[in-house]
Amino acid sequence: MTTTGFLPAITASPFLSTLIWIILILVAMYLARKPSHRCLVSFSLIIRNSMRLFAASVKLAEKRLNDRNRDVLLSAGQQHAERCVEREFERISTAVQRDLEGYPQVQRQLNENIVKLNEDHSQSAEIPQALPDWVKVIKAIASIRPASDPIVGNMLEDIHHTLSEQHIKTLEQQRVDASNRHAILDRMQPLLRGIKKTLGSLNKSLSDLNFRAKRIDRYMDNYEQIREQSDTAMRTLSSSSTTQFFISGAVLMIALGGAIINFNLIALPMSEMVGGASYIGPYKTSNIAGLVIICLEICTGIFLMESLRITRLFPIIGSMDDRMRMMLFWIALSLLAILAGVESALAFMRDRIAGDMEALRQSLAGVTPSPIASSIIPTVGQMVMGFILPFILTFVAIPLESFVASARTILGIITAWMLRSLAFVLRLIGQLGYYTGRLMINFYDLFIFPALWLEGVVTQGLSRTQTKDNETDKEKNIGPGTMPHAEPLAENKEMAK
Amino acid sequence: MKFFKFWLIGCLILLAAGCSRQSNRAKGVYMLLDTSGTYAVELNKARLIINYLLGTLQPGDTMAVGCIDTGSFSEKDIVAKVTFDDRPSVANNQKRAFIKKVSSFVRGVRQSRYTDISGGLLQAIEYLNESESGNKYILIFSDLQEELAQGYVRDVPFELSGFHVIALNVTKLRADNQDPKIYLARVEKWRKKAEKGGGTWRVINDLERLDRILAKG
Repeated sequence: MTTTGFLPAITASPFLSTLIWIILILVAMYLARKPSHRCLVSFSLIIRNSMRLFAASVKLAEKRLNDRNRDVLLSAGQQHAERCVEREFERISTAVQRDLEGYPQVQRQLNENIVKLNEDHSQSAEIPQALPDWVKVIKAIASIRPASDPIVGNMLEDIHHTLSEQHIKTLEQQRVDASNRHAILDRMQPLLRGIKKTLGSLNKSLSDLNFRAKRIDRYMDNYEQIREQSDTAMRTLSSSSTTQFFISGAVLMIALGGAIINFNLIALPMSEMVGGASYIGPYKTSNIAGLVIICLEICTGIFLMESLRITRLFPIIGSMDDRMRMMLFWIALSLLAILAGVESALAFMRDRIAGDMEALRQSLAGVTPSPIASSIIPTVGQMVMGFILPFILTFVAIPLESFVASARTILGIITAWMLRSLAFVLRLIGQLGYYTGRLMINFYDLFIFPALWLEGVVTQGLSRTQTKDNETDKEKNIGPGTMPHAEPLAENKEMAK
Repeated sequence: MKFFKFWLIGCLILLAAGCSRQSNRAKGVYMLLDTSGTYAVELNKARLIINYLLGTLQPGDTMAVGCIDTGSFSEKDIVAKVTFDDRPSVANNQKRAFIKKVSSFVRGVRQSRYTDISGGLLQAIEYLNESESGNKYILIFSDLQEELAQGYVRDVPFELSGFHVIALNVTKLRADNQDPKIYLARVEKWRKKAEKGGGTWRVINDLERLDRILAKG
């Protein structure tokens, strides 16, 4: 028995065999048409419904995540607003304490100045002594023309002389009095200036308080918005979080650069301490020791910042009583200073070892050592850098806190976006599966179209011969010959429901 | 608490495993210097190679220089040997002392009548096995022309598993120039010996490419 391709040959002619096989397959497919359609419909519906179900659960997860993100964002925003308000109140309290503590003194000073001013004013109001009234009489007598009598002439001469003296004296007295009044007025000037200055400082304090009060109002407005969970607040917080994420990330990258430089400063001398031939896993022990020292410095820096309440990564440190907190601060600062000292010494050692190695290399290569190698500047530079870098790394705690806080939100947003995309893809797959099923049904019918065509012809012939039969019989006969795509669609709808 | 215990034990095991690999990472280099009549003039080049190796080797590595003479399978043929200290500063001083020894040897070397390369190789294998280095290199600075004195038997199989055998500066003799097949056959003979013993074999004649010496493979 020969075969035609993968099918066994029925007759000697391969063409005939193939034809018979095709007819047989067509007949078989025609007979199995309905169950096949149902099977394809079911399969496509399984894909669609399961994917829709999956997408729905993913959407639910996304919604939960969004809620959680919202909570996290609001909580962070609320905390930030609280901190701002708290800090502003602290500042106001300090300002009020500072200004109002001195208020009684200012008042006393003002009172004293005012009393002095009053006194001066009353003193300056005194009119200089006027000329006695009898002077007018004498003046009148003195103005009489001297007669021929010399006694009268002498007398008048005396009166005139006395009057002139009196005039000079009075004039001098008048001048002294006027000068005294001017002196009093001069004294009043600094008092007035003092009063002006005191009032000015009071005014400044009050405007400062006013400014802070306005700022508190603004913070409180923000706080209220956050509490009301308004969309504006959400947008602002989200945008602020993204900005914080990128800025703190950039600062952390810079800090990482500093840490790498620091590591290079201490890795070589550490081999002098822990040995240069031992390994932990694939890494040199000396390198790991250097890394551990840097990590310890960063940890100490974080504790230092925590004890100063600059960061709040560890709430337990922030909630300690002040005495304990300050003790922790001093301990952290001492440890940091010790580590900085150690690093400075290691940097010195590194310079010595590197110099020694270079000298050895040069001697092995037969080169005389260069004089610049004996310069002290690189040594001092390395030591200073070794001492300063740990303190600089202390400040990593600030961007780290921001990064951690903002990363929560950003990661949440990214995950939510991914879930949303996944839900979309799942729905898309479901729909694709569904329509692929429909397409396969149509292809199935297309493949057996000769049988369907024949069925149509037979049905039409039968209908012609039975025109006299009732309408119900006709409809019965049309049933199996209807367009194939109508059935699965109806079934699909049924099943989809 | 239980989890913490497991974690701690795991860390300790990892640490122990890491530390135990200390010796495996160390390099052991044994350089054989041919002092036979025709080749002794090349020893100044050998000193340059030793200098290069000293600059490359790290604390914890081992290095030895042995000479190939009439009977090379002897501790007396080890010119200088050292295992570098873990501390780089001490290792540097050891390197300085080592180069002094080698220099004085090169200055006062006496030409040998015979060339016992196999004996030197056996001595190198023994020394490096004792050093427990992770990566073992035997450098043969010779023309690979073995001439054994009467009574010396060297048909011992070499145990070179884990060894890298590198022939350096394999000079061509007058006969090689006349018939290069002799040279090729000589090199091939040593290659077979090294690979039969389980080691790898390389020839580096260009001394500008010394960086390839300690490269694996």
